[in-house]
Amino acid sequence: MPEPRHMLEVIDLKVHFPVSRGFLRGQDKLKAVDGVSFNLRAGETLGVVGESGCGKSTLGRAVLQLIQPTDGNVLWMGQELTEADSASLRTLRRDVQIIFQDPLASLDPRMTVGEIIAEPLETHYPEKSKAEVREAVRAIMAKVGLREEMINRYPHEFSGGQAQRIGIARAMILQPRLIVCDEPVSALDVSIQAQIINLLMQLQAEFNLSLIFISHDLSVVRHISHRIMVLYLGKLVELAERDALYARPAHPYTRALISAVPLPDPARERERKRIVLQGDLPSPLNPPSGCRFRTRCPLAEARCAEEEPKLRHFGDGQEVACHFPEREIRP
Amino acid sequence: MTQTSSPTRTPADASAVKPRKIQGRSLWQNALRRLMRNKAAVASIGVLLVIVIVCCFGQLLRPYAIDDVAWDAIGAPPDANHWFGSDQNGRDLFVRVLFGGRISLAVGLIATIVSLVIGVLYGATAGFLGGKIDSAMMRFVDILYSLPFMFFVILLMVILGRNILLIFVAIGAVEWLDMARIVRGQTLSIKRREFIEAAHASGVSTWNIIRRHIVPNTLGPVVVYTTLTVPKVILLESFLSFLGLGVQEPMTSWGVLISDGAANMEIAPWMLVWPALFLAVTLFCLNFIGDGIRDALDPKDR
Repeated sequence: MPEPRHMLEVIDLKVHFPVSRGFLRGQDKLKAVDGVSFNLRAGETLGVVGESGCGKSTLGRAVLQLIQPTDGNVLWMGQELTEADSASLRTLRRDVQIIFQDPLASLDPRMTVGEIIAEPLETHYPEKSKAEVREAVRAIMAKVGLREEMINRYPHEFSGGQAQRIGIARAMILQPRLIVCDEPVSALDVSIQAQIINLLMQLQAEFNLSLIFISHDLSVVRHISHRIMVLYLGKLVELAERDALYARPAHPYTRALISAVPLPDPARERERKRIVLQGDLPSPLNPPSGCRFRTRCPLAEARCAEEEPKLRHFGDGQEVACHFPEREIRP
Repeated sequence: MTQTSSPTRTPADASAVKPRKIQGRSLWQNALRRLMRNKAAVASIGVLLVIVIVCCFGQLLRPYAIDDVAWDAIGAPPDANHWFGSDQNGRDLFVRVLFGGRISLAVGLIATIVSLVIGVLYGATAGFLGGKIDSAMMRFVDILYSLPFMFFVILLMVILGRNILLIFVAIGAVEWLDMARIVRGQTLSIKRREFIEAAHASGVSTWNIIRRHIVPNTLGPVVVYTTLTVPKVILLESFLSFLGLGVQEPMTSWGVLISDGAANMEIAPWMLVWPALFLAVTLFCLNFIGDGIRDALDPKDR
């Protein structure tokens, strides 16, 4: 078998949720993720950004098969996951883990830290002795910066940052190759955010981890990502290397997002030109025709309502779904 | 969790703790430790143990059997021969109360455990699997609910014949329905929580998720409900016996003794006082123990 080109390949992934309109009135389809393709190399971080409700988290869960995708393919090391049986999915879970947004909610309140971290290990390697498991738990706790005596404490005794370290320890104990980070720092204080981000980067360097880093915070994503993917209403609108994306964002939505990030320098902050988007995110139950962004786009023309822009290459390695990439926006 | 205790913790304390090898503890070990610190619960466990022991062996102290009739002491008040007095048939009440305790405690315990095990597993499974399976399982519960209890017991008697085991089966079969509904409701709210998704993502099997994550998190309401079930079951048994479907003479239970005593309380109050006292003390103890277990199982309550 030839070595697969990418560790993870996602092709035209769709996740549609049936939404009941009421008794006997049939169902609507909520297209949370609607045809997203990307790939991921070993040791790479892919940032996923977008507004609330654009399908970021659903995408992450669909990759992990925690939500059954409606259509499309997810290839892990060349192996198709969407049709995998439960036994091969179980093996996959050793390689692919997830970290959650709300660190406290993701820890069972009735389990001690030691039990929480040990659970994946005990599940996948039931033959391991208690002493081996305990040793592994100690080692990983030290790695993520938890003190050994915390092993008998319960999650509610921890701050958000420490709880997230527990979540990371649980995800890391199987030594996975990919971790989906679902807004891992959104619920934390800014000072703690930096610690957690640095911990993730440090673990990535040590274990050659790949990360899918979901966030709505562009500065955080910029810090940690190699490549960045922008989603809007379940569609990929732009995918580019980090520096290229921040240097010359092509899609008007990306440009609006980046222009909204505050600058640390007050003088430059005052001169910053913001592209303020009009209106709210349209309902994903009934997305606009053609380009989904057109209702809020400063560049929208008649063509945008009729024809859906295809994702195409632009510059080097940049992909964008817009009819008029890089056209100047006049406020 | 307040800061008030921090000044007493000096670095010397911390280093003194350090060399001890830290062992992992589980919820159950911690719960036991916390339960042992709860004075009311420990005292109740002690009293309950005494009652159980007395009910099992107290009879050996007296020369009477439960159906021995003393012709010279019919309806006699307590004295040196008949410590608790005797009933209107001249049977020794001390021996009968202790014997009744055995039946009542056994019914209370066994029927409750049966309803607990079936109800928790059934409810957690239905709630966790959801969808059509949940609907089917809960409709089955509804059907059993709609069967009149007495009709059900008479039906069982026709099929199985009159038997003391029948009481356990009948009561257990009815009581688990409530438990299943309570646990299902709890499960529905728990299964949406992120730690369940985290367990899925770790590859934990469905059965282990139910066993390790769902059931322990439903325990609070379950324990409280269990402590309410025990007295309910004991009273249900006396109701069945009163109708002639439960324990039969000369055997007896606290429920039967209380209803006899109530009928004679104007002429022989001791016939009511003793069994009622035993039942009341037992129920008190069970309530304290139930509260203690609930608090002990909640790690947030230290």
